[in-house]
Amino acid sequence: MDTGPIDLRPRLLRFDPWLLGLLVVLMGFGLLVLYSASDGSTGLVWRQIVRLGFGFGLLVIAAQLPASFYRRWAPWIYAGGVALLIAVLLFGVGRGAQRWLDIGLIRFQPSEIMKIAVPLMVASWLHQKPLPPTLKDFAACAVLIGVPTGLIVVQPDLGTSVLVAAGGVMVLFLAGVRWRWILLGLAGLVAAAPLIWSRLHDYQKNRVLTFLNPESDPLGEGWNIIQSKIAVGTGGLTGRGWMEGSQSRLEFLPEPHTDFILAVLSEEFGFLGVLGLMALYVAILLRAMVLVGQMRDVFARLLGGSLVFLFFVYLLVNAGMVSGLLPVVGVPLPLVSYGGTSAATLLTAFGIIMGLYSRRKFMK
Amino acid sequence: MAEATTARPTGSRLRVALLLALMALCALGLLARAVKLQVMDTEFLQGEGEARFLRQVETPAMRGSILDRSGAPLAVSTPVESVWAHPGELLQAADRIPLLAGVLGENAEAIERRLTQRADREFVWIIRRIAPDLAERVRELDIPGVFLQREYRRFYPTSDVSSQVVGFTNIDEVGQEGLELAYDSWLMGRSGAKRVIKDRLGRVVENIEQVREARPGQDLTLTLDRRLQYLAYRELTRTVSEHQARSGSVVVLDVTTGEILAMVNVPSFNPNARDLGNPDGRRNRALTDVLEPGSVVKPFVVAAAMEAGLAYPDLVVDTAPGTMQVSGHTIRDIRNFGELTVTGILTKSSNVGVVQLALGMDSRHLWSMYSRLGFGQVTGTGFPGESAGVLRDHERWRKLEQATLSYGYGLSVTPLQLVRAISAIADDGRLRQPSFVLGSDNPVQTVMDPSLAGELQDMLETVTLPGGTGTRADVPGYRVAVKTGTSRKVGVGGYGDRYVASIGGFAPVSRPRLAAVVVIHDPGGDEYYGGAVAGPLFGRVMADALRLMNVPPDDVGTLIARLGDPQ
Repeated sequence: MDTGPIDLRPRLLRFDPWLLGLLVVLMGFGLLVLYSASDGSTGLVWRQIVRLGFGFGLLVIAAQLPASFYRRWAPWIYAGGVALLIAVLLFGVGRGAQRWLDIGLIRFQPSEIMKIAVPLMVASWLHQKPLPPTLKDFAACAVLIGVPTGLIVVQPDLGTSVLVAAGGVMVLFLAGVRWRWILLGLAGLVAAAPLIWSRLHDYQKNRVLTFLNPESDPLGEGWNIIQSKIAVGTGGLTGRGWMEGSQSRLEFLPEPHTDFILAVLSEEFGFLGVLGLMALYVAILLRAMVLVGQMRDVFARLLGGSLVFLFFVYLLVNAGMVSGLLPVVGVPLPLVSYGGTSAATLLTAFGIIMGLYSRRKFMK
Repeated sequence: MAEATTARPTGSRLRVALLLALMALCALGLLARAVKLQVMDTEFLQGEGEARFLRQVETPAMRGSILDRSGAPLAVSTPVESVWAHPGELLQAADRIPLLAGVLGENAEAIERRLTQRADREFVWIIRRIAPDLAERVRELDIPGVFLQREYRRFYPTSDVSSQVVGFTNIDEVGQEGLELAYDSWLMGRSGAKRVIKDRLGRVVENIEQVREARPGQDLTLTLDRRLQYLAYRELTRTVSEHQARSGSVVVLDVTTGEILAMVNVPSFNPNARDLGNPDGRRNRALTDVLEPGSVVKPFVVAAAMEAGLAYPDLVVDTAPGTMQVSGHTIRDIRNFGELTVTGILTKSSNVGVVQLALGMDSRHLWSMYSRLGFGQVTGTGFPGESAGVLRDHERWRKLEQATLSYGYGLSVTPLQLVRAISAIADDGRLRQPSFVLGSDNPVQTVMDPSLAGELQDMLETVTLPGGTGTRADVPGYRVAVKTGTSRKVGVGGYGDRYVASIGGFAPVSRPRLAAVVVIHDPGGDEYYGGAVAGPLFGRVMADALRLMNVPPDDVGTLIARLGDPQ
């Protein structure tokens, strides 16, 4: 790209209007639900707007940077992220689990960076390697994915570690790793399952057990799942109306404005509201896939595809959790749940996709 | 980077297609889940959801008051407040607990300890049943997690004076004894219900609808006169203590209506106290306890004899030498009265005389008279635990039994039965069902000829006149008719040294209005005769009753003359 022809249509800002428009609509809708879920707290909504604005700034910046920039900086970003993860384990703060790093003005979760850094690193590693990857490259990538994932698991933060690993594995998958290695990896995971289970914290085990049978402990661990299902079901076809959700208003629903905001939306806007939200997400995913599909650069395709997949996994895990299909892990509903870090990550990811796309024609 | 574009990953298209298919599958799965929860299971889940916040709560109905005949309260429910807390919420504001404790006069540390021990609960009583003004101060503190609950507390203004008649309720205001029990459903009313929305902490967020209005209980107006209750109770307590007696009862009846104007018992209890004390004091002895009435029943024997045509007031009966043999047993008078008229038998209370009358008639006559006067049958007041007493069928009477029955042994009656029988004489032969509730329609039976009743009234007046056994029961200005009784009580191994002193009678004789009976158990002093122990009490209570009921004296002229006499 450095050696490519000069951009004949220099633009100050590079972004895809369609994708950007869809994202803005999603965030707007999210703020509406958040206002209701927080019981009409304008202060909370304003804070979220500021955070989304910050994430939006990251998107704009990320969209201006060329692929070469990412490729060059990938190892440093990755190394910095791993260093921060180690710092979290040493100096981190947080209740029960050490996930946060407090540096003066802001507190943030370094594991968030890894959601982008890992696929970025793996994609850049494979960029100039023969494809499909050799066993040596495959092993190297496995280590690149495994180290941060492991560091996040011990925090412990199961949800994020799944997302981080998923991003990296997706790059490998798209890069054409041999099926037999994939099957081998799956077999190894199954074989390691008992070991992982024995290393899990009690609360993590309880979450999985109550997920399998929430009614076994309806007042304790099963409470979240049961209440969430009830809230979703109460909405019916058309919902109870905005600001009318009974389960969240009356504090029966846990975490109504963060991880379980989808339950609030389901209760207040009903099945049709959920359909609308899902359509919005599908539109975003499809538009992003179209952008990625038009990229010609290996690095860009691998990274872009992996980031789209990351967004999808976010959605799948959260929706599955709220509807009682998956165990409760702390994964927010992308761009709707209250919280700044995941929004910043996802908006940055979309910024990267837009940036890669806008320069696709000038990459051979 | 030519190699990058040309060396496309092998099978990339297949993989992307696979991935898309997988994502589509997941999306379909979520969609199916949404359909299941929101379209198919929605009714069940909505029900579950409503079950979590919709509550039907009872609004307590105020229990009706019990009033005396003039409307003065004998039992009233007053609203009180109870304070409860949500431990988790209150402990978050633990610094304000001392403030709350200060207002309530409780120990702050004790409250905090109790809350900490029950921190996982949702509900802990702090204090129950405090006065409304204190509750208002608690409300003004506005401490999070502290709540008030309206309750009612039963209060009995007359305390131990009327406690056995009025009865009492339990802490939930359900009648347990006495008229509180007998008229429970009348007094209770019906609690209302409203549907409310409660949040997870049980706080009422919104009232949805009134399902049912609370209907307060109805008041119950009694025939009792509170003033007369006080006076009778005071006099009875004094007499029981003066004579070191064990217990006693006084009943005053309006003979023209059957209304019970006063009914008091000693020992008694304070229904307002948390500890109701000895169960002995809770019995309404005037209609749960029976006694062998002794000589008080002699007028009824005379009535039976006169009704059978075997006697008339001036018929002379020889009672000498004051003793008499019946079936190998000796029947005695307190002294030899010699020849007595039938009236004199009542005046002097001669056992020998009355036994002669009793043995002279068929047992059926005596039994019929006793039976018609209501002995052996409940009076029909509906009071819980009322005793019927015992009157054996005459066909099984032996001679000795017929003799002893004539002076009040071998049958048992309650004080209420006794006063009712006496009031039948007073009301010209009409026996009325006694009642506690004003406005009751009391059934009337004619049990003896009015002229016979009239003769008996005059005969009984002689008992309070000089030479009679009941002179101390007289009331200035009024003609009073009474009959005294003194019976030995059955103890272990037969009749012993314990007595029941009694007296029953009515006034004014010229136009009888009130009847009363006094029963004193186990007088311990030197005196134990009915006329001596129960007589003065009867006189004082009857005087009070006549005055309170505005009954004009028999002979106003005589009274004025006597009051005007400086001596």
